[in-house]
Amino acid sequence: MVTSVTSFGRSGLSDWLLQRVSAVILLAYVVFITASVWGGVDFVTWKALFSQTWVRIFSLLAVLSLAAHAWIGMWAVLTDYLTERLMGTKGNVLRIGFQILCSLTIFVYVVWSIQILWSY
Amino acid sequence: MSALRTISFDGVIVGGGGAGMRAALQLAQSGYKTAVISKVFPTRSHTVSAQGGITCAIASDDPNDDWRWHMYDTVKGSDYIGDQDAIEYMCSVGPEAVFELEHMGLPFSRTEEGRIYQRPFGGQSKNFGEGGQAARTCAAADRTGHALLHTLYQGNMKNNTVFFNEWYATDIVKNQDGAVVGVIAICMETGETVYVKSKATVFATGGAGRIYASTTNAHINTGDGIGMALRAGFPVQDIEMWQFHPTGIAGAGTLVTEGCRGEGGYLINKDGERFMERYAPNAKDLAGRDVVARSMVLEIIEGRGCGPEGDHVYLKLDHLGEEVLESRLPGICELSRTFAHADPVKEPIPVVPTCHYMMGGIPTNVHGQALTVDAAGNDQIIPGLYACGEVACVSVHGANRLGGNSLLDLVVFGRASGLFIEKALREGVEMRDASETDVEQAMARLDKLNASSGGENVADLRKELQNTMQNHFGVFRNGEFMQEGIRKLSDLRGRIENAKLDDKSMVYNTARIEALELHNLFEVAEATAITAEARNESRGAHARDDFKDRDDENWLCHSMYYPADKSVGKRSVNFEPKTVDTFQPKARTY
Amino acid sequence: MLQVSIYRYNPEQDSQPYMQDIQVDTGGKDLMVLDVLEMIKSQDTTVTYRRSCREGVCGSDGLNMNGKNGLACITPLSETVKNNKLVIRPLPGLPVIRDLIVDMTMFYTQYEKVQPYLQNDTPAPAIERLQSPEDRAKLDGLYECILCACCSTACPSFWWNPERFIGPSGLLQAYRFLADTRDTATTERLAQLDDPFSVFRCHGIQNCVNVCPKGLNPTRAIGHIRNMLLSRAT
Repeated sequence: MVTSVTSFGRSGLSDWLLQRVSAVILLAYVVFITASVWGGVDFVTWKALFSQTWVRIFSLLAVLSLAAHAWIGMWAVLTDYLTERLMGTKGNVLRIGFQILCSLTIFVYVVWSIQILWSY
Repeated sequence: MSALRTISFDGVIVGGGGAGMRAALQLAQSGYKTAVISKVFPTRSHTVSAQGGITCAIASDDPNDDWRWHMYDTVKGSDYIGDQDAIEYMCSVGPEAVFELEHMGLPFSRTEEGRIYQRPFGGQSKNFGEGGQAARTCAAADRTGHALLHTLYQGNMKNNTVFFNEWYATDIVKNQDGAVVGVIAICMETGETVYVKSKATVFATGGAGRIYASTTNAHINTGDGIGMALRAGFPVQDIEMWQFHPTGIAGAGTLVTEGCRGEGGYLINKDGERFMERYAPNAKDLAGRDVVARSMVLEIIEGRGCGPEGDHVYLKLDHLGEEVLESRLPGICELSRTFAHADPVKEPIPVVPTCHYMMGGIPTNVHGQALTVDAAGNDQIIPGLYACGEVACVSVHGANRLGGNSLLDLVVFGRASGLFIEKALREGVEMRDASETDVEQAMARLDKLNASSGGENVADLRKELQNTMQNHFGVFRNGEFMQEGIRKLSDLRGRIENAKLDDKSMVYNTARIEALELHNLFEVAEATAITAEARNESRGAHARDDFKDRDDENWLCHSMYYPADKSVGKRSVNFEPKTVDTFQPKARTY
Repeated sequence: MLQVSIYRYNPEQDSQPYMQDIQVDTGGKDLMVLDVLEMIKSQDTTVTYRRSCREGVCGSDGLNMNGKNGLACITPLSETVKNNKLVIRPLPGLPVIRDLIVDMTMFYTQYEKVQPYLQNDTPAPAIERLQSPEDRAKLDGLYECILCACCSTACPSFWWNPERFIGPSGLLQAYRFLADTRDTATTERLAQLDDPFSVFRCHGIQNCVNVCPKGLNPTRAIGHIRNMLLSRAT
């Protein structure tokens, strides 16, 4: 059993499951958006589309999925390449730094998305 | 030499194969400080190559099976120079030892009832030879040795045995009283030499099939235990008895299990004739290994061999069908495709008798205690030294081992050694410490090698040794020809002792190890040659053209080879089992 | 003449590893790579590698041959040599001790972590524990592992995290005991595996499946472990 404090859900299984579930949600969202803009879309229809609550909630779900998916994915990449094993203590410092940067970026995007979705 | 580091244990086992790990497991479970010295990671030991199974009367295939029937077969198979008290012990304790392995997790194949699957093997019978072919060999597909070795390693891991993996024992350390008080060992990774001190030193170093040019044995089977024992002045028993396995893949030497014939495969000559029907009308292809191997060689000599050179015969399996082959003999299919370029599902496998097993070895009693014989002809226990597995000669195999009996031998006597040492340690073992001179003596060979310069190439010398053994001491032997072989060997001795070692580096120096191994190979080869020449009869695996018959009057006994003067003596065979009547020698037919 | 290029490093003499080119006369025969190494060693005894059974069951001679991991003793030249060239390197990702010999400690440590031995807390019967042929068949494709490390050292996830990711070989063995109907420690075993590294570092790259000399499929076993974790989770 390897303990880990910076992974998303602390458990390998929950991270793994979340990664898959979020991927499915993102796929569904991509299909939905592609279908909506297929054949062209103007501002009025676009605004109408996003004025519906369910679309906003679906979009929020997609944003949250993206956040979780990115967190888990980036965490996996960072723990592969920026490690004590590969670059000594520097690896840990770098990884935590990048991790914080990723988290902040994700947080900013989530807040910004919520703002966009409910500001019009 | 006082700089030599000493490590101390209650029990040290040299060799990490089946016998060594079974002994280690027993000792580790008892709580004594136990270490295993192995020149390879334990699961790379040669036990891993055993295929067919472990013969034992567990009464799965036949609910009425009886260990006494197994004992009868083994005594007969040994051509009556197997010790009957030891065979009795092995066959009667066997089921318990096999069930222990199953409880440890060994993934045996199963019958519909959920019991361990047993297959027929050569030389097996019911009702003391009267009830037809028995199926007594417990199998895990055709990977029984692999399954067994891994299970034992796992068991040792569970019981926290200390392993010195990739350490190589070079020589025995004896104290002033002649007792064995440990070994000198090299850590291969660092090159450090250490004195490993022990109250009980168990040799489980396996066989020495590499004395022959064509062998089923792994590269590592170099007779290190026999070499060390002979150099320490201890005798070896029945060392002329070498088993040639009927079915080694022609050219490659890799083993094809007897289980193939147990499952219904048979041998054919170039005319497609199932020739074993002529040589062994009852047991046919499942006669004793010595009988089958000789029949094959005769077929080849008489011009009925297969292939362009007529130098092998075929093992036919295709009639068994793909399903049976893939489920019961998957490893064989793989090996045959790789090494013989023959798919057993469609075509026969080219096979030839190949050196396989050393029946002889360090003489021991059923407790694994190594023995020597005093001037009056009485057994003397060598204090501190034990042996089990192929390196030992208990003797349960006599002049010819039955298939599936080697795995049983190694678990039963590995276990017995462990049990006995546990008891001995509990009662207290008092031996004088080795003096500095004693340790220096044990270091002499290594020191000499390390200081050497010049000499001949190790690989060339090894090849010459192997060819000499192959040509002069093979399936059929002849006095004059053997004497010529002995002359060649005596010329080789000096050259091998002075073999070249130009690489004197410390870190993982396999050149040094191979030079040391060559010394051991030579010791085994010379003992084999001299003893084979002395045994003027044909018995079991020892078949002489000039003495075609078994001579019970003069040779119903063990041979003993004494290294000090290279003389051959005799030691009586035990005919006194404790719970059954003696099996009297009779003509051996299959 | 076969052009062989061998990775050489003797820590007592070399400040860094180098490739040595050697010409080998194979006599036109389709030898195994191990035969070629033996021929080389008979001339230059300093060339260092592990070998034992020479028939693909002991797992000693796992090497990287022309870029692919495999056992030297059962890899024929015809299978690996291209343009008459054979490049032999040690298994990747593990520290090199000398020449082709790697330090396998990390590999063995991961194996030990999965407690690869049968655990059963019920008293053993006087005979064997019964197991149906169907239940026994669940162990096929698992127990045959020879611990050669070809798979784990071909796995990028193991390269980056050999201390934390158990690796394909260890996980295959973990599942061998999870799948054994005679083992009663399933819950404890699974609890040991449910962290983000031990099992879940596997990204399904399948290099392990590609190189396994015994034709085993660790990725499938890892999938089974994940499913067991999933079906037991709440």
